[in-house]
This record gives sequence, C-alpha cells and structure tokens, in this order.
Amino acid sequence: MKILVCITHVPDTTSKISFTDGNTKFDKTGVQYIIGPYDDYALARAVELKEQHGGSITVLNVGEAETEPTIRKALAIGADEAIRVNAFPSDAFFVAKQIASVAKEGAYDLILMGRESIDFNGGQVHSMVGELMGLPSVSPVMVLDIEGSTAKIQREIEGGKEFMELDMPFIAGCQEPIAEWKIPNMRGIMSARSKPLQVVDPTDDGVQADVEVFELPPAKEAVKLVDPENLDELVNLLKNEAKVL
Amino acid sequence: MEAVANKSTLKGGEFLIKETSAEEVFIPEEFSEEQKMMAAATQDFIDKEITPNRDRIDNMEEGLMPSLMEKAGELGLLGVSVPEAYGGLGMNFNTGMLMADIIASSGSFSTAYGAHTGIGTLPILYYGTEEQKQKYIPKLATGEWKACYCLTEPDAGSDANSGKTKAKLSDDGKHYIINGQKMWISNAGFADLFIVFAKIDDDKNLTAFIVEKEYGGITMNDEERKLGIKGSSTRQVFFNDCKVPVENMLSERENGFKIAVNVLNVGRIKLGCGVINGCKSIASEATNYANERKQFGVSISSFGAIQTKLANMAAKTYAVESASYRAGQNIDDAIEALIGEGMDPSKAKLKALEQFSIECAIIKIHGSEVLDYCVDEGVQVYGGMGFSEEAPMARAYRDARITRIYEGTNEINRMLIVGMMLKRAMKGELDLLGPAMAVGKELTAIPSFEQPDLSAPLAEEKEVLKKLKKSALMVAGKAAETFGPKLNDEQEILMHIADMLIEIYAAESTILRTEKLMNLYGEDGSKLYQNMCKLYFHEAVQKIKNHGDEAVACFTEGDELKVMLMGMKRFTKSTPVNTRNLRRAIADVMIRENKFPYSLYS
Ligand SMILES: Cc1cc2nc3c(=O)[nH]c(=O)nc-3n(C[C@H](O)[C@H](O)[C@H](O)COP(=O)(O)OP(=O)(O)OC[C@H]3O[C@@H](n4cnc5c(N)ncnc54)[C@H](O)[C@@H]3O)c2cc1C
Repeated sequence: MKILVCITHVPDTTSKISFTDGNTKFDKTGVQYIIGPYDDYALARAVELKEQHGGSITVLNVGEAETEPTIRKALAIGADEAIRVNAFPSDAFFVAKQIASVAKEGAYDLILMGRESIDFNGGQVHSMVGELMGLPSVSPVMVLDIEGSTAKIQREIEGGKEFMELDMPFIAGCQEPIAEWKIPNMRGIMSARSKPLQVVDPTDDGVQADVEVFELPPAKEAVKLVDPENLDELVNLLKNEAKVL
Repeated sequence: MEAVANKSTLKGGEFLIKETSAEEVFIPEEFSEEQKMMAAATQDFIDKEITPNRDRIDNMEEGLMPSLMEKAGELGLLGVSVPEAYGGLGMNFNTGMLMADIIASSGSFSTAYGAHTGIGTLPILYYGTEEQKQKYIPKLATGEWKACYCLTEPDAGSDANSGKTKAKLSDDGKHYIINGQKMWISNAGFADLFIVFAKIDDDKNLTAFIVEKEYGGITMNDEERKLGIKGSSTRQVFFNDCKVPVENMLSERENGFKIAVNVLNVGRIKLGCGVINGCKSIASEATNYANERKQFGVSISSFGAIQTKLANMAAKTYAVESASYRAGQNIDDAIEALIGEGMDPSKAKLKALEQFSIECAIIKIHGSEVLDYCVDEGVQVYGGMGFSEEAPMARAYRDARITRIYEGTNEINRMLIVGMMLKRAMKGELDLLGPAMAVGKELTAIPSFEQPDLSAPLAEEKEVLKKLKKSALMVAGKAAETFGPKLNDEQEILMHIADMLIEIYAAESTILRTEKLMNLYGEDGSKLYQNMCKLYFHEAVQKIKNHGDEAVACFTEGDELKVMLMGMKRFTKSTPVNTRNLRRAIADVMIRENKFPYSLYS
C-alpha cells in the first residue's frame, strides 16, 4: 500500500501571534514550528497502517526551505521518503493543486492529511484535492481501517457519527482519535537524515488569493459571574450587554 | 550528526590557570538539528507519559515506573550514549548530557532514569569484558532489563569504601557467595540487574559484581518513605548467600572502589546538567503564575520583588547550562583525542572523565544548588499556593532536595574539588605553583595603574575574571603553604575555596557563551544573554569576595591578614552594576513570553 501524507508546517500552539509590515505579514520572530497537530494524527495512522499492511509512506509539504526540519521530523516518525514542493503555501487552492499534481504522479492508494491546518484553519484542501483528482474525499475521519482494497471509516457529523465503506484510492482529512500521536524515536531521528527528501518545483498556476490585512481577535473580557438565584440579572445581561437574546 | 565547537586543548582543572577563548567552548545553541529533535522528542515523552501521571507515579502504582522505563527504552532514550554495537545509538557524551537535561523536569522518573542509564549501566559498559557487555548492555539499552547500583550501606555512606558486604569464593571455585546489606538503592524494587560492591574475604578494597535477580538470595525491605521523589523506588537490599558466577566479577578484584568513583564522575556531571530543564520549567510555571495572580489590582509579576526572583532563576539556570555543556564538550574532545592516540573507546571515556572530575564535581554542586534556589523561590512566588499540593511547586520543592545528597553529598564533592586540584599540583600535572607564586609577587608589588580598554561589551567582566582566578590562587596557595597536608582537616577553609572555584568556573563559562552568542546574534540581538551574564557575574564576584575574605581571616592575622584582604579587594574589584535594571530587563522578557526567557529545542 502506498500512502501519501500531506503535512503542514505551522506555528506551535502556544506561539504569540503578531504581525508586521502594516499587519500584512505574520511575524515569525521567536516562533517555533511544528507538524500540524491534525496532520500528526494522519501521519501516526499511516505509520500504524504500514505496520499492519506493509507498504510505504511518502510525506508531502508545500513550503519553502525553512520547512525541512518539520519534514525531517515526519521522516523520523516513520515516513520513508519526502517531497517538498518549493513554494509558499499562499492559499488553499494553490496548495491543493500542488498536492494533486504530485499525487497524480505517485499512484497512491491513500492520501491522508489533517482535517485542517492550525494556522488558517481553512479545512478546504482535502475536498479540493478530491475534486482536482476526481477522487472521493472524506473529513473529519476519526476511524480508518483497511480490509483488502476497502476502507472502513467513521466520520463525525452534526449530532452523530457516520459509518462508511470506501474503495481506495481516496482522500481523508483526519482528526483524533484516529491514532495515538507518535513521538519520534531516537533511531528514527538518526535515520531521518539518510531518507530521501526530494524538492520539486511548483506547477506554474498563479496564486489566486492575497492577504490584505491581518487582525487579531478582540481580547477576551473577564467572565461575569451571576448568582444562580438571580435570573433577572442573567436575562438582563444576555439581552442588553451580550445582545444575544 | 553531532555539533562540535573548535577543539579545546584545555585539560581538566586548568580553567583556573589558563584563559579560554569563546571559540573554544561549545554552547547548546550549537546542537545540531538532529540533537535538538532528540531533545524535543524527549520533552514530548515527558509531556505525554510523565506529566499527566505524576500522582500515579508518586503513589508508586504497581508496575507503572518499570512500564515507563520500557516506553523510554522503546523510544531509544535509555541507550543514547551506548555504542551501536551494544544496541545503543552511539551518540557522544554531550548528547547524553542533553537527554539528562531534558529528563530533569520529570522528578521521580528522572532518578529512575539516571540510576538505570548512569550508575546502573555504565559500570558494565566501561569495565565489563566483551562477553559481559554483549550479554547485558543490549537488554539495558532497550529497557528490557532495569538496573540498580548497590554501593551504600547502613554504615557506609559518604565513606563508601568502608562497606561490610562480603563475597566469598565457593568451595568449587565457581561462585562468589555474597552476604550483606545495602541501603538507599534506587530502582531496587523492580531491578533485574544489580551492580553490587562487596569485599572479598578480608580485602581492604571493594570488588564489583554483576548480579542478576534470578540468582536468588536477594530480599528487600519495603519502600522507604521519603521527603521527595516519592515515585522513585528506594529500598534496602539484603544479600543472603547470593550465588554469583565467578565470571560476573566486574574488572579485577579490589578494583570496585575505583569503578564506583569513576562511574560517579559521570553520574555527577549528569546530575548537575540534569537540573536544567527542571529549573526552566519551574521558572516558566512561576512566571505564568505571577502573570495570572493579581493582588493590589495588578499582576504580581509587575512587582520588583517578584521580578528579582524570576530574573535570578533565569540567570542562574543560564549559568548552569553554560558550564554543563562546556564541560561536556571538553570531555568529548578528550575522549576523541585519546581514541585518536589508539586507546580503547571505553578506557578513553573513563580517562577523559577522570581528567575532568573536578569539573564534574563543580557542575554537580552548582546545578543542585541552583535547582534548590529555583524551587525555593518558585514556592515563594506562588505564596500560599506554593504550599499546596494542588500547585506544582510543592512537589518540585520536595523532589529537588535529594540532588544535594546523592552521588556524593555536596560537602564531599566540595572537598574533592580542592583535594583533586592540590593533588594534581603536587603530582606536577597541573601547574598551580607557578601562577600562585606570581600572584604572591603581585600582592607585594605596587599595583599597576595601567587602564586596559574596557569599552567592548563584556571586556570588563573578562578582565575581572582574570583577577578572580588570582584571588582563588592566592587563598588556596596561602592555605596550602600554611597547613601543608593538614589542609585536609581544615574543612571550613576547603569549603570556601571550593565555592570560589565553582563560581569562577560557572562565571567564566557564562561569559564565554555570551560572547559567542554576541558574535552569533549581534550585540542587540544578544541583549538578554548579556543581561543574564552580567547579573550572574555580579553575584559571582560578591560570593567569591565573601568566601575569600572569610577564608583568609580563618588562618592569617595581623599584617598578613591585611595583605590578604588587600589582595582580595584588588582581585575582586569591579564597577558596580545596576542589578535592578538588569533584573527588570530579564523579567520583562519572561513576563512577555510568559515563560523562561529563551528556548533552545522547541
Ligand atoms: C533517595 C536516595 C537514593 C539513593 N540512591 C542510591 C543508589 O541508587 N545507590 C547507592 O549506592 N546509594 C544511593 N543513595 C545513597 C546516597 O548516595 C547516600 O545517602 C549519600 O552518599 C550520603 O551517605 P549517607 O546517607 O550515609 O550520609 P552520611 O555519609 O552519614 O553523611 C551525613 C552528613 O555528613 C556529611 N559528611 C559525611 N562525611 C563527611 C566528611 N568526611 N567530611 C565532611 N562531611 C561529611 C555529609 O556531607 C552529610 O551532610 C541514595 C540515597 C537517597 C536518599
């Protein structure tokens, strides 16, 4: 089984977010980068599937050279080889086109990625890749088992769970508890260095979206505690202050 | 791939009489991407497996600690510095230091880890025969077997060579029969393998044995009820006619004390280095709490008194880190040089560690005392919550305390530092006499009024550092002259001299690292490091002056005392610094980042 796992290179969840250049650029100073947490689950499941069924795992990242440490971490966790599309991942459609272009070449049985990245949280790439490749895409996938050429999937939907069976190949946007996230072992870290990391040029489709301005969400205000006996005040606050009634 | 700095030719103990350039020292910022990834993975292990289970660990839940050790083994954490031929990763000494550093924040687990990978594994690795290594090391490196180290006895603690445990050859000559009692044995509760020190017949010195639990004749008392590291197994171990095959003697008869001492060198430096991540996480927690806790309408982190504590934690930790990795790389360089000369790798490691045993002891003391500073002030920052088991500080406070006691108490280590310095001087291995005589001459000469150019950053600190070394040479030289071999009985003075040497080593390492970082990040980009360095240095100078003054007043009087005190004054003279501003600047970064002011391994 050939598995492609697409990973994002995103700021650590505890990073302080700020902007430069008149709020048009993300300020990278002091920011630590990690594999997108949802992608981490996808990768962990790929490693487990490989252990069960054999095969190979390729990780793919659309990003500039600075993402290579993140890619090598994925190799350390258990991917066999890596491909980096040498381009800034400017918008979801651009990234999806790059992934589709690489994926078409590789004839993968499974294309896994996180349900969304944690920087822009678009959650669009998996379905775009599906459309571009004419393959089914499912998200958010919480259980993924393979039997022969069929996958058994559990997906979270509004108010419940959906169980489905699907023939490979397809695209899955993954989230916990699909697998337990993996800590790279020391030997994996040492062997990551000698695993192939291929850098390819992007397809020349232009970038379609541009950032005009970034804005931070308003700071959270202090919580107001209302006495459980005092329903009138609660209604008053909800009506006149929060304006939700 | 392992990062290496320019090779240093400095020998152990020579820091006192020679200058080192910034290029010669290794700084942790220079760890390779791979080493940093290992550190980050180790941190992930702590976050995933240890931190959520702290209470279960401290309640000694049956089977939990050994299973955590096995998980660590699966990740390769137990065999980082074990050669590949024996199932390890074959990384250098400083990478092993890095693992100890990160594991440090795991409390009880850290002791189990240290006892297994250090004093439990290393005696075989360094002194074992090829067969012994093949048989045991791979099992230890994967965690399949857990090890403990049985040296201490009820009547033989600091005086370890006075142990009464006996080994007697069996009539058929095939076994040694071991009888005796050991005490305070970490990991004893679940160990499969015991490194046991015993005396054969009426030998004066100990012999070491590799004892498998399966041999039988081993019983134990219940777990000790301890002040801290409550989750670490610590038991008394009894050997009752325990039959050990003769081929399980380690090294030669009566070589056991030497093994114990040499293995403790590694244990010590790793214990000292193995406080760093603990200090960092305490500083981070304290900063976070200080930011969140409001009194008098503001965050308590806005108070100068609290900022002082936070900044001190950062500066002291920075110093421990600078000294640890500098010494670690010196040891690596020495190992490599000895292997280059054709020495067997295990022997080379031992020899190199022996060469740097003074630094190992320095780092053990300095690290353990900085940790204690951090936990103590950590409790204070938390106020009443610091005293509550609901907050993390109470546990940290209790867990930290053991570090000053085991692997040689800090008193024993202090005496070792001065003792080893003087011994090497006597043997002619370390030229203390020449520089000490030069200092003596300088004392009676008219002071030079030449003003060196001190405009460059850290130029003054470097200039003062040279003089600090002179102050230590002056005090140690005078004490040696006064007491001769009887200096050993003057423990009060030895303690003062040891403290002077510890501070000199830590301060020098901190200055050199900062200088290197200034070259790396530029003068503006390295402001934080400069501030921590200046703050640390200022404190070090004060301490050195106090210890020196007190020491000389213990054994000189009248005019001689005056000359000595003049010397101390001259050799510790430095421009006063505005420590309030330094501390505020450091604390500002911490408050802004809501954690320890810099991170190295993400
Ligand atoms: C939790 C824990 C885990 C341990 N794990 C192990 C282990 O795994 N294996 C093992 O073999 N041992 C272990 N030890 C033992 C430890 O190494 C000893 O406790 C330590 O060396 C001190 O010995 P002692 O307790 O007998 O104290 P003592 O030697 O009685 O010391 C008491 C005090 O006297 C001072 N003192 C002693 N001699 C001198 C001197 N000559 N001059 C000045 N001061 C002196 C000491 O510094 C100390 O302050 C452990 C201990 C503890 C508490």
